[in-house]
Amino acid sequence: MLRYALLRLLGAIPTLLLVIVLAFLMVHAAPGGPFDAERTLPADIEANIAAAYHLDEPLHQQFFRYIGGVLQGDLGPSYRYRDHTVGELIGAAFPLSLKLGATAMLLAVIVGVLVGALAAIRRNTLLDRSLMAVAMTGISIPVFVIAPVLVLLLAVKLQWLPAGWSGNEGLAKYFLPVIALALPQIAYIARLMRASMIDVLASDFVRTARAQGVGTSAIVRYHALKPAMLPVLSYMGPAIAAILTGSVVVEEIFGIPGLGQFFVRGALNRDYTLVLGIVIFYASLVVLFNLVVDILYGAIDPRIRHQ
Amino acid sequence: MKALLAIWRRVRTSHAAMVSGGILVGIFVIAIVGPVVSPNDYLQTNFDKMLSPPGIAQLQIFGTDDLGRDLFVRSMLGVQVTIVIAIVASFVSLVIGVAYGAIAGYMGGRVDAIMMRFVDTLYALPFIFFVILLMVAFERNFLLIFVAIGAINWLDMARIVRGQTLSLREREFVQAARLTGVSTLRIIFRHIAPNLIGVVIVYVTLTIPQAILVESFLSFLGLGIQEPQTSLGALVDAGVNQTEGASWMLLIPAALLAIILLCFNFLGDAMRDVFDARDER
Repeated sequence: MLRYALLRLLGAIPTLLLVIVLAFLMVHAAPGGPFDAERTLPADIEANIAAAYHLDEPLHQQFFRYIGGVLQGDLGPSYRYRDHTVGELIGAAFPLSLKLGATAMLLAVIVGVLVGALAAIRRNTLLDRSLMAVAMTGISIPVFVIAPVLVLLLAVKLQWLPAGWSGNEGLAKYFLPVIALALPQIAYIARLMRASMIDVLASDFVRTARAQGVGTSAIVRYHALKPAMLPVLSYMGPAIAAILTGSVVVEEIFGIPGLGQFFVRGALNRDYTLVLGIVIFYASLVVLFNLVVDILYGAIDPRIRHQ
Repeated sequence: MKALLAIWRRVRTSHAAMVSGGILVGIFVIAIVGPVVSPNDYLQTNFDKMLSPPGIAQLQIFGTDDLGRDLFVRSMLGVQVTIVIAIVASFVSLVIGVAYGAIAGYMGGRVDAIMMRFVDTLYALPFIFFVILLMVAFERNFLLIFVAIGAINWLDMARIVRGQTLSLREREFVQAARLTGVSTLRIIFRHIAPNLIGVVIVYVTLTIPQAILVESFLSFLGLGIQEPQTSLGALVDAGVNQTEGASWMLLIPAALLAIILLCFNFLGDAMRDVFDARDER
């Protein structure tokens, strides 16, 4: 098991390096500098600014300086929020995004697994068909359509919930953002769970249990649920990427001061270092989460780690 | 041509494919013809008729936006962008994916291992963030958006095509070609590629909605298509600010986008049922 975990860990290092190299090159291959949009400055002042941000060095030197910084957790200064480093901005904004994202993920797994299992047990009934039609709709419709329509319906028309973030107290303001983030994942997990549950219910050990007279609910609860959840576990990696992407939209729509909002603002302001830093942070998060899922998978299913 | 006819005959048997395909064709025809027929222009502002609700006056069936521009023509322009994205992005991912997958699958051995290892590595990256980075670093233009979107969608295609090629490689007609001295590249493109049409069609249909989604996501954030051009994502973004008074500005482009994505997904699913009998879940 330890060997398996170490191998996986080694496998993640090239991916992380690729993330940093790709992101760095994309930003630095661009024509023009980060301060081009501002008013033209005298040549020596411009040279001073370039020197202060090490932009006068050759590219490879800048790259090694940057990578050295990243390895020590230093993502450099923000080009637009002059008094802050990128690390400070991420540290300040991420906890809120984490709270929203983790809640949405938990909700998605619980509801998705239950709905999927139910559809599989009642396979090919009206209930199954309608649940899966709804799930297909949920997968197809993007978060940035679901979220504003939910706001329009539940906040503006019915006035059940607050639409915005600031100025609202209590837990009610979390409700819509979390639902908007979770809905597409619920739909995806439900479909995944249904397919794998159908497979498991058709397997030999379930037939044996049935032959011994075990009832359906006991079979599902004690025999089928755990193995059927394995595909859901391996979907956790893509799910975290999807939730991060969704959080960018949701934070923008609801005006939540999380990392996603910083990301969009940074992108619109062309704050190169901030965007570069957040991309590296997000990508590392996804890669590391995939790693954890891989290792967990190996721990749960011995067939995987002995391959 | 004969192969395409045979495919059409099989697709025609699937009701889901025909219905969703029909809806898509209908929307696309209206999107192309509508703006030409309509007396209104997508740029023409009219400050006497700002935020007028949908109605039949002046044929403004979708109403107007906050600058008095006709929302029907603008929405249809957005659908046109969507069509272009669907074509360009699926073409880019098709060319890269099929070539990459077929070469990896046919070569096998170490070449295959290295090529697929690279795909695995790329798979782990959240590409949408890199596309955003690209949009920040470079001037935003149509071409860059299209190429970027096409370039992220080839991974699935490469994997599927590789798997299919691995099994095709051992078939008699390929071995016969090899025995008679046909060159490797010619075998890949003349003998193997045509046999991939089935899976390729299925996966192209499934990548199209993803490509549309990426474009509308970027445009929603203000990083994609720029004013005065527009796209469904940009229209939804504009609608979000008008939820209080003019809900049609949100609901119409949102519904159009949702219907298009849903139809493509249903179409892809139906195609998979038609071409991939093994997957009966």
